[in-house]
Amino acid sequence: MSRWSPLREPTEISVEKAAASPRSGVAGVAPRLALTLTVFLAVTVVVCLLAPLIGSTPVHLSRVFDRGIPFAENVDAQVFFIARLPRVVAAAIVGSGLALSGVVFQALLRNPLASPDTLGVSAGASLGAVLAITFHADVTLAGVPAVPLAGFAGSVGALAIVYVLAAARRRGTPGTALLLAGIAISALLAAIGRFIQYFADFTDTFRSVQWLMGSLDVGGYAPILAALVPLTVALAGFATLPRVLDLLSIGPESAATRGVDIVRAERVALVSASLSTGAAVALGGPVLFVGIIVPHIVRLIVGPEHRLVLPASALFGASFLVVCDLVARTILAPVELPVGIVTAILGGPFFLWLLFRRVL
Amino acid sequence: MLQARDVTFAYGGGRGRVLDGVSIDVDRGAIVGLLGPNGSGKTTMLKLLAGLFQPLSGSITLDGRAVGSLPRRELARRMAVVPQETHSTFDFTALDIVLMGRYPHLGAFELEGANDLAIAREMLMATGTAGLEGRRFATLSGGEKQRVVIAGALAQAAEMLLLDEPTASLDLGYQLELALLLQRLNRERGMAMVLSTHDLNIAALLCTHAVLLKDGRVLARGAIESVLTEANIRSVYGVEADVRFHDRARHVTVVPIARAD
Repeated sequence: MSRWSPLREPTEISVEKAAASPRSGVAGVAPRLALTLTVFLAVTVVVCLLAPLIGSTPVHLSRVFDRGIPFAENVDAQVFFIARLPRVVAAAIVGSGLALSGVVFQALLRNPLASPDTLGVSAGASLGAVLAITFHADVTLAGVPAVPLAGFAGSVGALAIVYVLAAARRRGTPGTALLLAGIAISALLAAIGRFIQYFADFTDTFRSVQWLMGSLDVGGYAPILAALVPLTVALAGFATLPRVLDLLSIGPESAATRGVDIVRAERVALVSASLSTGAAVALGGPVLFVGIIVPHIVRLIVGPEHRLVLPASALFGASFLVVCDLVARTILAPVELPVGIVTAILGGPFFLWLLFRRVL
Repeated sequence: MLQARDVTFAYGGGRGRVLDGVSIDVDRGAIVGLLGPNGSGKTTMLKLLAGLFQPLSGSITLDGRAVGSLPRRELARRMAVVPQETHSTFDFTALDIVLMGRYPHLGAFELEGANDLAIAREMLMATGTAGLEGRRFATLSGGEKQRVVIAGALAQAAEMLLLDEPTASLDLGYQLELALLLQRLNRERGMAMVLSTHDLNIAALLCTHAVLLKDGRVLARGAIESVLTEANIRSVYGVEADVRFHDRARHVTVVPIARAD
């Protein structure tokens, strides 16, 4: 490393001088963005096309898209589009939503352990669903039944409580306050949920336990379309965030002095992340582990820049959950495992391998 | 250009004032030292000047406009800040950190272009960190980080620089070189600066003016020679010091002799 010497070398500090050549790092981001998106998108498309082919009835892709056979007579196409694709699309959406929120929570709180789970979002969703199941709530909104509605409301509500608490006690870094409030609210809501379950009817308790483990058997396209509404709003918010999240990495005050409107960024980030978590949880239940592990895996692959991390996490989260759900419904067929169990069993060791492969 | 008038501040809006009636003027081309013992309010004052905190009373204005009401992006194009320490949560390289200084100059969805990269490299060069550009920021030493962060602040192309203890983590050689770099930026680009420091000799070398704080109040202010006096140092630090003009250094020097009792 060479010392710089203003004494011996009185170069003028003018700006338009050094010749530019793109390189890795933030510089030359456009080509790497294109490459990353292409690769991750290709993987996602392949996974989403192959997953519906596998199951008790074998389906052939060539027959599915054979325009010579009318749909009413094309059994392959019927199984593909009616029986299996909704579930695959649901898995992709839930995986994307959870992964995106995980990325945003981790960057916003500057904490690798932050995720929808640690911020009380999952606990809130669970409480909402348990309430709806136990008290047989009979409400529908735009065709969406009570349990997913309550799950959505619970997750957004829990995050709102956490945010208000953290904002009221604005001292030190907001990240720490948010995380601590999230952990406390999580514990509280989970306890209330268990209290209700403890006194609930046995079949209701079983139903809510099943919901809590996550299931992507959505049964059709209607719930998917409903989940896409909050998810689209969230995506619009996420689109404004990548560079802001990069800058937050050097601390909120440093980011502010570089020109980031921290308060606004924080609001956009939290609202978007809670909408996307809420939509994901309402659709598939609080699937464990995706929100915390996918962002880390993606960062290990594409580096720290959020212009790459955000879209890559959305796509990788989708592929990851589609594969996990495929395993969940086929490995012990005809018995279906809850997908949350598979995400943890597959994701845990994979993550450990990524983390320690340089050491081992 | 930057003016603080009768600023008071307390953390959490409560009692126990950290700053009480502090006024500071930073004129174009001036280098103002914020001096004072630990806990005298130097860092807090810098954060107020940077618009990171709102004063309880009093005003802070940049060319007549309240700093707190300026959009952050606009403020960042005029004023850059170098904090005492910087950590990066994720594995950004030194060049990435410097390029973050271009943020206020780019549109919402604009990617950094060749010009931004050229500016970033120029600033790495100016701070002697060109050889570190591909290194991960987290693996740099304290002094290297400090210089990379300064390069990032310079990449903001602002006319004013606020620095909190800029020489605290540097060895003697880098302290001098940093001081000379700041002097050169001041001379060649007319950059105004406010820096807090414990190092009275660096302040004497660099600063045109100084504000001496004690317990959140201004004890002395004015041209650097009028602030760095034996009497002021005794009353603020409780130290008998020998203050004299150094013929070779061409500025006053402060040599502590004994505790004043």
